[in-house]
Amino acid sequence: MTRALELRNVSKTYGSGPSEVHALREVHLSVERGELVAVMGPSGSGKSTLLTIAGSLEEASDGQVLVDGVDLATVSRSEQAKMRRRWIGYVFQDFNLLPGLTALENVTLPLELDGIPAKRARDVGLEAMEELDVAERAGRYPDELSGGERQRVAIARAIVGDRALLLADEPTGALDSVNGEAVMRLLRAATQRGVAGVVVTHEAQLASWADRVIFLRDGHVVDQTMAPPGPESLLAAADRR
Amino acid sequence: MSVPYALLALLSEGPKYGLRLQSEFEARTGEVWPLNVGQVYTTLQRLERDGLVVADDSEGERLKKRYRITAAGARELGEWLRTPPDLVPPPRDELVIKVLVALQVPGTDVPEILQTHRRHVIEVMQRYTQVKAVAGQDDVALALVADAELFRLEAIVRWLDAADIRVKQLPATAPPPVADIRAEPAPVMEVSR
Repeated sequence: MTRALELRNVSKTYGSGPSEVHALREVHLSVERGELVAVMGPSGSGKSTLLTIAGSLEEASDGQVLVDGVDLATVSRSEQAKMRRRWIGYVFQDFNLLPGLTALENVTLPLELDGIPAKRARDVGLEAMEELDVAERAGRYPDELSGGERQRVAIARAIVGDRALLLADEPTGALDSVNGEAVMRLLRAATQRGVAGVVVTHEAQLASWADRVIFLRDGHVVDQTMAPPGPESLLAAADRR
Repeated sequence: MSVPYALLALLSEGPKYGLRLQSEFEARTGEVWPLNVGQVYTTLQRLERDGLVVADDSEGERLKKRYRITAAGARELGEWLRTPPDLVPPPRDELVIKVLVALQVPGTDVPEILQTHRRHVIEVMQRYTQVKAVAGQDDVALALVADAELFRLEAIVRWLDAADIRVKQLPATAPPPVADIRAEPAPVMEVSR
């Protein structure tokens, strides 16, 4: 398995002197293609910082960030931006769809910015939308879509093309628990097709869709879950009762 | 125990044989609640005694007989569905006791203990979520059973999170009174924090 994301000894410090804040301290994390990792921790534990650094939206103060084996510090800023568009997809809490573009145009925007011809971008975009069962809404504008549909479009945009890494910050937003579960099913399915996924959430039920849950506290990774045994273990427990 | 009411509910759809009641009970509870033939047999016996069900034929082997719900049975079922379950928790929850004890034991890293339990609960949650993930999305019974456990476990995680914050907000206390344990004065200057 390729490690789509690897953080080696990553620290992030904001400010200096007495106002210095250590958002992340010596974090090691690797996520393979096909794996979904959830990040949990109290407010201010560094969850969102970890995600923005993993997605190269922010630079680490120390340590290395490798995306698909490439150390981000060794490439130019323009090359970084290109890598971001090509390899990394983001899903945000508030969807972040551009209101003036149709659903399909929102999905294909990163491809077109990357110089992919419009026709080809359209085909690839529709393919991603089909995977998320929202292709028939391609021509609609965001304000014509339901909350669940908008989130599907946002996920389609995040997995479009040849993405290696899918990053999501509280991706179920204000959706109710059943629709939130649907989003987690989609993220899980997307990672199972060969993308590495990292989801930041404060909700244990959403985190439990991940293959692995890591726990942050004061910028440190303090703990992580073991690979869960199959569901049959619960039935065996019920039989013993 | 709600097995008698589950059987009454199945019979409210129409008369059924004892063996069919057993298989339908398991299917409707997402097969996570196994019910043996003996339980079905004794439950039907009790329901019949109380006049809540009647057998079509008073002779023959109980599981091979067909049962129907009586008017009294339907009334009883309707009342039970609307009666709130006992929500008063057991007076001593083991996890709460452990955390309370941890607060009293000198030198205990309480957040680390909370995290150990949090991880364990989330690992159990991952297993229930796995049940939903592999089941068909139309298997409502199974989803409801798994959801019930997941919400219960999530409540424990939220309690652990709240405990974490409360412990963090505790005023920093002095190191454990070594002098009391050793019955000799502690060298104050050597105590570093």
